[in-house]
Parts: sequence; structure tokens; C-alpha cells
Amino acid sequence: MRQLLRNTNFTFIVGAVLVFIVVQALISLGVLNAYWQGIIFWGAAITMVSLGLNLIYGFNGQFSLGQFGFYAIGAYASADITFRWVRSDPSALVVVIFGSILALVFMLGISAFLRRFYGVATLTKFLFNFLAAVLGFFLAVQFVNPAIGQAVYRALNGLPTGISQQIVFFLALVGGATLAGIVSYLFGIPVLELGSDYFGIATLGFTIIIKVLLDNTDTILPFPEMKGARGMVGIPKWTTWPWVFLCFMAVVLVMRNLLHSSTGRAILSVREDERAAELMGIDTASQKILAFVVGSVFAGLAGAIRAHDLAFLHPTMFGFLPSFNPLIIIVFGGLGSMTGTVITGFFWIFLLEGLLRLYLPEGFENWRFVVYPLVLLIMMLLRPQGLMGRYEIAFLRRPLPPLRVKGTPPAQEATPKAGEVAA
Amino acid sequence: MKGRPENLSPEVEARPVVLEIDGLTHYFDSLRAVHDFSVTIKEGELVGLIGPNGAGKTTVFNLITGVYRPTAGSIRYNGVQLVGLPSHEIIQMGIARTFQNIRLFSNLTVLDNVLIAYHPHSGYGLTDSIFRSRRFREREKAMIERSQEFLEIFGLADRQNDIASSLPYGLQRRLEIARALATQPRLLLLDEPAAGMNPQEIDQLMELIQFIRERFQLTIFLVEHRMRLVMNICEWITVMDFGEIIARGKPEEVRGNPQVIEAYLGRQAIR
Repeated sequence: MRQLLRNTNFTFIVGAVLVFIVVQALISLGVLNAYWQGIIFWGAAITMVSLGLNLIYGFNGQFSLGQFGFYAIGAYASADITFRWVRSDPSALVVVIFGSILALVFMLGISAFLRRFYGVATLTKFLFNFLAAVLGFFLAVQFVNPAIGQAVYRALNGLPTGISQQIVFFLALVGGATLAGIVSYLFGIPVLELGSDYFGIATLGFTIIIKVLLDNTDTILPFPEMKGARGMVGIPKWTTWPWVFLCFMAVVLVMRNLLHSSTGRAILSVREDERAAELMGIDTASQKILAFVVGSVFAGLAGAIRAHDLAFLHPTMFGFLPSFNPLIIIVFGGLGSMTGTVITGFFWIFLLEGLLRLYLPEGFENWRFVVYPLVLLIMMLLRPQGLMGRYEIAFLRRPLPPLRVKGTPPAQEATPKAGEVAA
Repeated sequence: MKGRPENLSPEVEARPVVLEIDGLTHYFDSLRAVHDFSVTIKEGELVGLIGPNGAGKTTVFNLITGVYRPTAGSIRYNGVQLVGLPSHEIIQMGIARTFQNIRLFSNLTVLDNVLIAYHPHSGYGLTDSIFRSRRFREREKAMIERSQEFLEIFGLADRQNDIASSLPYGLQRRLEIARALATQPRLLLLDEPAAGMNPQEIDQLMELIQFIRERFQLTIFLVEHRMRLVMNICEWITVMDFGEIIARGKPEEVRGNPQVIEAYLGRQAIR
């Protein structure tokens, strides 16, 4: 038993299950009203977005402001899937899911083909991948949807309502996340080549493009149900605590396992010294794309969660100013610390949208935006490395392998160590 | 043979060619950094490249490892043309290098530094690491053990979990060489390994270089500034000045070459 308690994985799983049960009980017993429930879900969503950004910026060193763009893509795509579904239209579901599959297959094929040539220009690579993705979605719209759309709808509707709804919601989550991933891959190929600051500006541009497109979904883009700048209403409110918990844990676990592997070390090495990493035989370009895509998939998933909790989407939610929130959260929590991001992510929403909004005297809600910049300022002066620095709780900490005891004393140990003489 | 001194022993000349650089030229805008540089290195040799500051020595290394793309010329490694290949592919073919100014991953542990160099040989993929498959656990364990062996050879075993930047300077140099060797090279490019070392440390470094050369059966190409090191361990030397080769030969010949003395060693440098 003592052994078991020392096992950090065991302790973490028990703790996570306890949190799940307690929150579920509080919701079932009606202690947490819809407002506070929403705060928790929102906190989880914002934390997932921030974890993604921490992977991109904190762990891989690529300064990105585009995270909210992918959050928006995940939110709108998944919302469109369920919105149309509840109105007996399976087209969005079929197009997003099968289009993504086709696009991924084509892009993988193209990438494998291009890998046979040396020194393929970045723009060529981008162009081919872009065409592959467009072809995938075009085929899905033109052929797959008319062919099997109704069949899919009948098959899923044949199931009991509760089950079919959960399946559609799951596919909407997957679809939103995948679409965000595909877009980030296409965007990342040419743009990640840029140096860090230039990359930051380019991603800011991406967020703005997405915002403008969302403002015009009903005019320029062919999605009248998204209603452009008026905001999308009528999204089914399907997000429940088990889904939030599941997605959140999936994000944390995937990120942890990724970071604690050889690939994770390669991602870290790019942050430490890109040139040196390249000259250690690491394909830094693909490490950067990997971190960027995984981070964006997290954001897309979070967007899908948020959309089906709020049941309303508006382009201003994904505008210029809120897009800085994940950045503030990860800097506040500590760049390169998952623990810090989780803590600050939840507290951010709890304080700004929960406590300060409810318990400040009436009319003072807007003082929040005086209080938090001040806190931020003081924080940066007193603790520039962030709340947690690079500290991690035991479960998320990189494992330190034990020292080796066996082995023969090598020849070099006979001579005094070079550095100690210098010191 | 082009790019080699003539009076080397026939036994050495019979060995296969590892690195063959021919007519290498590189311009930074209009500045001629390297001009018509040729060197041919055979298996198991230890060759030095010397020259005064700004002669273009490090540029040659950067050209070999694909950091820059040469304006003209060819670089062949075991017969394969390296010009135009990305750096990581060149390294994965079996060339490793160290840096003039140490470039460790300074916020990571000593062991992580070596493990990162093993990454191309990790033998497991993304899905393995996300789902913690058995292959992940086995390969990861093997990787760590091999890296620890490396650290042990370099006398860094007890520092494996220290942050790299916390090591004293001499150990950082050692770690950098250990990390370069972890990429499993056949050809090692050492860029001023003795920079900032005192004579005693240089002696230890020479021992270390000789040791790894035999232990890992390496061919070594070495850029250096410190005569003590170059004269003692290199089999033959190429001397550069203003991007051009001005002399070639065994250490004692180069030492006596008046052109070299004028260009580089200066009258007070040799005693």
C-alpha cells in the first residue's frame, strides 16, 4: 500500500477520479448551478488552449499569437456539425469527418512523395499539401456527401437518441480538432520557417484573418447558419462534465507522454538551440510543425467544448484582444510548466468571470480589467519566470533516470577532470 | 592526389576516402570567405585545419554540415554529394561536429543533452510515446543505458541529472564531444576544441581525442588555433589564410614553411 501511494501515477489517477466524482456529485446535487458549471467548463477549455500554446511557445520556443484562431476553427466547425445535425442535415458531419480523412490521406501521400526529393522548397511543399487538402474536402462535398450522407443519418438515427447524440457530439469534437490540426499544418509549413518574432506576427495575422472570415461567414463564406457578425445561435448544449473531464485528461496525458519521450526532448532542443539541434541530426522543421499541430489540435478540441457549452458563438469571442489570454495565462503560470498553466488557466476564469464579476459591487465589473493588468505588472516585476517557473507536480515532471552503479571505470577517470582544474 | 600532401605513407594512401572537398568556394554577399578549398581525408586520419582569425575555417565546417550552401564546389562524404542536403540529413549520414563557442542545450540535464543526439536512432514513433507502448519502454530504457555508458566514458556519469549550464567549462566541452559522438558518427569535426583551455587542460583534451579516435574508430577533422594541440596530434595539416589554402603538410613541415610563418604563426608565436 505504501509502495502504491508513492507511485505518482497511481496518486494522480486517484486524485483525478476523485475530482471527477466530487464535481459530478456537486452538479448532480444541484450545488453547482449552471453558471458555476459553465465557469468550470470554460476554465477547462481555456486551460486546454493554453496548454497547447505552452507546447508551442513554452516548450518549443515558437512565439505564437494564432492560438485563438484554431480555437475558433474548432468551435465553429464542431458547432456547424451539431447545428445541422439537430436540423436533420448530416452534410457538415460527413464533409468534415470524411473530408478530413481524405485530406489527411492525400497530404500524407504527398509528403511521402516529396520526401524522395532533396531540397524541396517550402512553398512548393505548402502548395502541394494545400492542393491535397482542398482536393480531399472537394471530393467530400461533391461525392461522398451526396453518396452516403443520408445513409449515415439513417444509421445513426436508428440508434436510441441519447446514444446517437453522444456519437455525433464525439465526432463533432474530433472533427473540430482535426480541422484545426489540418489548417495549422498547412499554415505551419511556410510560416514556421520564419524566425520566432516574425512567426509571432504572422500568427497574429492568422487570428485576424480568421476573425474577419467569421464576421463574414454568411456573406463571403457559404455558411448562412453561422450568421456572420450577428453570432451563431441554436447550437445544441451538449457539453457535459464527463466530456469535459475526458477531453481535459486526454490533452494533459497526450502532452505529458509526448514531452517525456524522445520526440519531446527533440521539441525541447529546438527551444534551447535550434542550430545545435539541427546539427545533432534533428529535423527541427518537422519538430516545430509537430508541436504547432498538436497545440492547435488541443485548441480546436477546446473550441468544440466551449461552443457546445455556451450554445452561442460570436466572432468577437475570437477577436484580437481575447487572443492574448492564453499567452498571458502561460506567461503567468510559467513558460514550460504544465502545472502552472493548469492552475492559472482555471484561476483566470474563476477570478475574472466568477468571483470578481459576482462579488464586486454592481457596476464595478469593468474594474476587473484594471485589477488584472495591475496584478500582471506586479507579477512580472516580482516573479518574471511566472508563478510556477518550470516546476511540475510529480506526475508531470520529467523522469530523472537513476544513476548507473555498475560498469568499469573508464580510462579517463584516472586523470583529474578537466573542468575542475579550471574551476 | 588532390587535396593531400604528397609525402604521406603508402599505407595511409591505400585507405578509402571518407571526405572529399573539391573547389569549395563561398561568398557572403561580395565577401569571399572560402576560395577553391580542397581537402581529401582518408579513413582513420586525424587532419588539422589552421589559420589566423577570419581565415574561413569555421565557414568550411559550416559548409560541410549544410549550415550554408556553398557558392561553388563539391563536398563528398563516402562518395555521396552533401551540397544541398539539409543539416540533419548530413548528420544522420554519420558526420558530427562540435562548436567553437559551446552550444549545449543549457537548460536541460546532461543526460538529456546526450539523449537528444540519440533521437534519430530512438526507434519508436509518436504513437508509441503517446500510448506508452512496450516498444517505447524498451527502446527508451536502451537509449538511456547507452547514453549513460557514453557519460561514463567521459567521466560525466555522476553529473547526469545536473543542468548542463551548471557544469564547469571543461566538462561542458567534454559533454559537447560526448553529445556529438552520440549521433554515432564516422567523421568527427571538432571546431576549436581547445578554445579557452589552459595548457594542462589541453594535454587532457589531447588524450581524450586520441582515446575517442581509437575507441570509436573515428576520422577526425579539426579546426584549431592552439599550436600545442595541432602540432602534437594531427597527422597532417592544411593552412588557410583569407579563405585560401596556403600550405599543406606534416606538422614539422608546416612549422618551417616561411609562408605560413608570415601569414599566421608570426615571428613570436613559435619558440
